[in-house]
Amino acid sequence: MKTVYADNAATTALCDEALEVMVSCLRDNYGNASSMHHSGQAAAEVVAQAREDIAKCIGADAGEIYFTSGGTESDNWAITNAARLGAKKGKKHIISTTFEHHAVLHTLMKLEKEGFEVTYLDVHEDGYVRVEELEKAIKDETCLVTIMYANNEIGTVQPIEEIGKICKEKGIYFHTDAVQAVGHLPIDVKAQKIDMLSFSAHKFHGPKGIGALYCRKGIPLIGFMQGGAQERNKRPGTTNTPAIAATAAALKKSCAEMDKNIEYVSAMRDRLIDEIIKVIPRTRVNGGRSPRLPGNVSFCFEGIEGESLLLYLDLKGICGSSGSACTSGSLDPSHVLLALGLPHEIAHGSLRLSLSEYNTNDEIDYIIEQLPLVVERLRDMSPVWEKIMKGDN
Amino acid sequence: MAYSAKVMDHFENPRNLGKMENADGVGEVGNAKCGDIMKIYLKIEDGVIADVKFNTFGCASAIATSSMATEMIKGQKVEDALKLSNKAVVEALDGLPPAKIHCSVLAEQAVKAALADYYTKNGIELDPAIFGNGSCGGHCDGCDSCGIEG
Ligand SMILES: Cc1ncc(COP(=O)(O)O)c(C=O)c1O
Repeated sequence: MKTVYADNAATTALCDEALEVMVSCLRDNYGNASSMHHSGQAAAEVVAQAREDIAKCIGADAGEIYFTSGGTESDNWAITNAARLGAKKGKKHIISTTFEHHAVLHTLMKLEKEGFEVTYLDVHEDGYVRVEELEKAIKDETCLVTIMYANNEIGTVQPIEEIGKICKEKGIYFHTDAVQAVGHLPIDVKAQKIDMLSFSAHKFHGPKGIGALYCRKGIPLIGFMQGGAQERNKRPGTTNTPAIAATAAALKKSCAEMDKNIEYVSAMRDRLIDEIIKVIPRTRVNGGRSPRLPGNVSFCFEGIEGESLLLYLDLKGICGSSGSACTSGSLDPSHVLLALGLPHEIAHGSLRLSLSEYNTNDEIDYIIEQLPLVVERLRDMSPVWEKIMKGDN
Repeated sequence: MAYSAKVMDHFENPRNLGKMENADGVGEVGNAKCGDIMKIYLKIEDGVIADVKFNTFGCASAIATSSMATEMIKGQKVEDALKLSNKAVVEALDGLPPAKIHCSVLAEQAVKAALADYYTKNGIELDPAIFGNGSCGGHCDGCDSCGIEG
């Protein structure tokens, strides 16, 4: 059976360019980038070039890029650092949203326990923050606004440039978790007035366990681990040369091919959404249709549960994901779907299919053929669907 | 979290799946809000479960536990079917992940609810020692405290 991989928001396949440079670093260019000898310096050069290349892709300077273990670490670091800076000035109020990734939400919850106040902006039924509501939420004590660039479950892209402008005017730091956006959407941190930005390489065909924090020059950044002098004394630990080189290779490729990819992937996305809502009754699309990540497709199907849907699709070779309680590992469905105001019983029937330029139109055809069959099979055995059909629900 | 081969088999090929016309007992437990509902239909002849069907809304383990529970009670005497425990269902499936044990509780409750319906239809009083106060009442919090035996 062939695999149709439609879970690119979870992680992506490594691209050949990244794999090749990674292998060559591991095999040939294995020196420690902090070593003085030529082997170490060869590695240091690779890292310096990678930093340049990555910075250029998001409109930053190389000196503003700090390599981390990925999105989670970057989010934790940026938010905690900004909170510390705020606290020093007696500013202990942070603004975020209800549908951030847990790397952000749980960091904020920890800060709340430490005495910070956090305002979580509503993302409404369509999954977008309203800038007027952000403006209203700002207080004298606000030290940080952290709003994700694009949501990982429902794909809605936030008004980043407007948020950046407001924060700039008010002198408040603006961090964005851009893990789902980097490599997929054009980003220019200077034009968009982003102070801090987190990203992760495995979301754009780079390796796992590597990412970076962009932190604008002039913002004091304090490391949170003790150790060596790597990353300009901010982030200790032997430099991960192979992963850094591979990140640069993957990001350069994604950015060079971005226009083409956006066109190709969003056409597949739109066809998939349009076909499915036409063919499967009582289906809703989660999140507004535009602006939306090129690869994000998110549905709720009434009367069925997401985990069984996911596993029946898996039996057909299709890899997707769901925000149902059973897949989120708790009794509640995903906080993102609940943030849209969806009732639990609807949110349980969610399915996310996330596409990339590695997908083909044949694969979309296959999904369009199989998904209705799987939904019908589950609805046929569902007492909830039976009630919906009888009209007493 | 991974399911056993048995769970996957019952999920892929559910036994006794379907609805039943003129069932002698029908039991429905669970709540859509919590993400699982099981409905069991019984055909009872001479005190023996002659046929059984189920419909389930829920995750793979909810489907698998319903399937296994129906298989275990089919052909059994009503009194024996009443003794079906969630633990026996879990064992028959070669185990369930801890977070999914409540599905087996639901399967046991669904069987009991169907038998209770059969008793009630036949004017037989329900023994509270066996039937307790019924299903989970639809509160998800109850899933953790409904006498789970794993
Ligand atoms: C929006 C968002 N933020 C943060 C993360 C965490 O990134 P990482 O897996 O690199 O720690 C992810 C991915 O899982 C994500 O989608």
